[in-house]
Amino acid sequence: MMQVWDLLSWWSEVQMGPPDPILGVSEAYKRDTNPKKINLGVGAYRDDQGKPYVLSCVRKAEAQIAAKKLDKEYLAIGGLGDFTKACAKLALGDDNEVIKSGRNITVQTISGTGSLRIGANFLSRFHTEARDVYLPKPSWGNHTPIFRDAGMQLKAYTYYDPKTCGFDFQGALNDISKIPEKSVIMLHACAHNPTGVDPRPEQWKEIADLVKKRNLLVFFDMAYQGFASGDIDRDAWAVRYFIEQGHNIVLSQSFAKNMGLYGERVGGFTVVCKDAEEAKRVESQLKILIRPIYSNPPMNGARIAATILNTPDLYKEWLGEVHGMANRIITMRELLVANLKKEGSTRNWKHVIDQIGMFCFTGLKPEQVERLTKEFSIYMTKDGRISMAGVTSGNVGYLAQGIHAVTK
Amino acid sequence: IMSLFGEVPQATPVAVFKLSNDFKEDANPKKVNLGVGAYRTDEGQPWVLPVVKKVEKIIVADNSLNHEYLAILGLPEFRSSASKIALGEDSPAIQENRVGAVQCLGGTGALKMGAEFLRRWYNGNDNTKTPVYVSAPTWENHNAVFANAGFEDVRPYKYWDAEKRGLDLDGFLGDLESAPKHSIFVLHACAHNPTGTDPTHVEWMQVAEVMKRRKLFVFFDSAYQGFASGCLDKDAWAVRYFVTQGFEMFCAQSFSKNFGLYNERVGNLTIVARDSDNLKRVLSQMEKIVRVTWSNPPSQGARLVAITLNTPELFAEWKDNVKTMADRVLLMRASLQAKLQALETPGTWDHITQQIGMFSFTGLNPKQVEYMIKERSIYLMASGRINMCGLTTKNIDYVAESIHETVVNVQ
Repeated sequence: MMQVWDLLSWWSEVQMGPPDPILGVSEAYKRDTNPKKINLGVGAYRDDQGKPYVLSCVRKAEAQIAAKKLDKEYLAIGGLGDFTKACAKLALGDDNEVIKSGRNITVQTISGTGSLRIGANFLSRFHTEARDVYLPKPSWGNHTPIFRDAGMQLKAYTYYDPKTCGFDFQGALNDISKIPEKSVIMLHACAHNPTGVDPRPEQWKEIADLVKKRNLLVFFDMAYQGFASGDIDRDAWAVRYFIEQGHNIVLSQSFAKNMGLYGERVGGFTVVCKDAEEAKRVESQLKILIRPIYSNPPMNGARIAATILNTPDLYKEWLGEVHGMANRIITMRELLVANLKKEGSTRNWKHVIDQIGMFCFTGLKPEQVERLTKEFSIYMTKDGRISMAGVTSGNVGYLAQGIHAVTK
Repeated sequence: IMSLFGEVPQATPVAVFKLSNDFKEDANPKKVNLGVGAYRTDEGQPWVLPVVKKVEKIIVADNSLNHEYLAILGLPEFRSSASKIALGEDSPAIQENRVGAVQCLGGTGALKMGAEFLRRWYNGNDNTKTPVYVSAPTWENHNAVFANAGFEDVRPYKYWDAEKRGLDLDGFLGDLESAPKHSIFVLHACAHNPTGTDPTHVEWMQVAEVMKRRKLFVFFDSAYQGFASGCLDKDAWAVRYFVTQGFEMFCAQSFSKNFGLYNERVGNLTIVARDSDNLKRVLSQMEKIVRVTWSNPPSQGARLVAITLNTPELFAEWKDNVKTMADRVLLMRASLQAKLQALETPGTWDHITQQIGMFSFTGLNPKQVEYMIKERSIYLMASGRINMCGLTTKNIDYVAESIHETVVNVQ
C-alpha cells in the first residue's frame, strides 16, 4: 500500500534557482535562432571567425605530454609542483625576492573561481580580525556570492565613474581612506572585470600607499595576465609593486583566458608570508581546507600550463600568442568606435578604446541592453558589459548598428 | 611587523599522505607500501588502463575538440552515462525522467556538492543541526566533508565488529532505529573503505526497511563500482535495490579507481528524485553551489569516460580492464590468506578472503602496525587497513612472514 508520505518529495520546498547572470546569457544566446545573433556575454576569447581558439603552444604541449606516457596517480593536495612554481614566477617575476626566500606558498586551484574560494575560506577561518571584504564597485558578479558563501561580509569602494566611463580615482581614494583597519581589499590586478578600467601606475602607487596606511589585507585577482596589454610583466606590474612596497598579499591567478585552458580549470592561489616558516604553516592549513572540497586538483590543464611555462620555445610562442589575442581585441575596440562614428553616432565612445582587456563597459543602460537583445539578438550582461572577444571584423558593423539604434 | 598570519598553527598532515611520504623516504629495499588506495600491477606500478590510453589518442587526434568551459553541471553525456552505470541502463527511475547528475571533482567533490545541498535544502533551509551518520570506521575524509559543509553533528553508526571481524548488523540496525528522524546516513555502496566488509543482500534489505520507515536520508558513496567483485552490476546491487524501494537519494560516484583516472578528478553526483519537477529545482540549486566553489568542472577526464561509456567496443574493453584489476586483488587475497594459514599464524584469517575490494582490515592493532612499519618497513594505516593492491607475487611472502612475526611478537 502506497503511504501518503511516499508521494511527497524531500525537495518540495526547494525553490527554482534564478539563472546565473553571466552564464545565463550564453544559454539564452544558444536558444536564439537569429542568424545574425552575437554573443558578447561570457569572457571566452574568440578568433576573428568567432571560433574558440586553441593556442598552438597548447597543442604542442599536449603532444609532448602524450609522448611521455605519464601515469595518472593523484597529485598532492597542493597540486603539481612544476606548475605551482612556474605559476608564482609568472606573477611575481623570476627573480622576485619572495620566491627566492621561499616566503610564498602557491597552491594549484580549480581555475580562478577555485582560487578565490580557497582564499575566501582561508581568510574566513584565519583572518578573524575582520570579516569585511571590500570589492570595487562594480566587480565580477561571482565575487560576492563566493565570499558570502565563505562567511565573509561584502562592502564596496567607489571605482567606476559612469560619467566618464573611466576610473573614479578620487572617489576610490576617499572610500579606501575610510575602510577599517585590517579589512580585506580586493584589487583587480589588470583588465578590470567588468569595466576594463585600470588605474595608471601613478594611481596604483597612491593606492598602495593609502592601503598601507590603512593597514588593509590586499587580495589581488589576476585573471587576465598578458591579456590586458599583451605584455606579461606589464600586466603584473601592480602586483609586483605592492609586494615591493611591503604588502604581504594574497593572489588568485587564472589560466583560463591567457592560455585558453578554460575547461581544464587551471589556477593558482598564493599567500605571501612573513617568512618561509610561516609559509609552511599556511600551506598546511590550505591543504586542510582543500581536502574536504575535492581532495586534490586535476592534472591535465596544470600539466599543459607547466610544460608551456617551463619550456623556453613554448613559453616564447605563448607570449606571442597572448600578444596576438590582446592585439585582436585592441583592433576590435578601434573598429567598433570607427563603425559607430560611421553610423552617425555623436556620443563620446572614447572609453571603448581607453578601456583594456576582454571587457568593455559600454555605458548602456539595462533598457538599452534589453532592446539590443530583443531586437537585434545581441547578447550581453545587463550592466552593459560586452566581451570584446566576441566581436569580429564580420560582426562589428552589425554591432555598431545595434548600439547606435538604441542610443541615438 | 606583525604578520596577519602569525597565529596560524601548523596543521597535522593528512595521515594517508604522510604514510606515503615516510615510505618514500625509507631506504630499506624490501619496503612495501600498503597505504594509499591506488591500484598497482604485479610489478608494483601504477596502471594506466589500456582503454584509457586508446581514448586519449582519440581525443588528441580530434581537432574539433577544444578547451572551452563545460556547463556548470558538467558534460551532459558524461553525467547521463555515469548515472546509467550506477543505476542500470534500464532503471525505471531514469525512464521516468527523475534522475539527474552533477559532474564533480572526483568522489570527494560529489560528496561535497551533495553535502552542501543537503545542508541548505534538505528538510527545511538550515540543516546545520541535522545529524549526519558515517560508519564506524569510515573513509577519514567523510567527517571533514560534512563538517566543512556546515553540519555540526557528524556521528558514527556501528558498523565494524572488531571481535568477530565482520559486520555489526545489530549495532547498525540499532543505530538506524534510534537515529533522529530525517538523519542523513552515508552508506558505502560496495567495497567498504576501510574494512572491505559489505552487508549481504538480505542485510541491505533490512537496512532499507528501517531507513524507509524512519524517514532517513540515503547518501551512497560509490567509489569502487566494478572493483569489488569485478562486475559492475553486482557491485551496484545495493544502490539499485534502494531505488526500487522508492527512495529519493544521492549517490556520489568516483571514477578514480575503476578508470584509474585518479588525478583527473572524475566524479558524478547522481540524484534520484520523486519526479522531474523536483529534480529540475534541485539541479538549479546545485548550479548555485557549483558556481561559488569551482564554477564548472574539468573537461578532460569526463570526456574520456563519456567516450568510453558511450562507445560499445570501448565500453566492453573497459569492463574487461576493470575485471583485470579486481581479479588481481582477489588473487592476492587468496594468496595472503593461504600463506598465513600455512605459517600457522595465530588467529583466524578468513576475513582476508571474505572482505572485498581494495582494502582489508587486517585486525592488527596500533602497536602491531607500528612494529610492521618500524621493523619491517611495511607501511599500513594505524587502523590496520592494508591496500591489497600493494601486494605482489614478489612481496607477498615477505608481507606474510612479517604479519606472522608481528602477531607472534607484539600484543
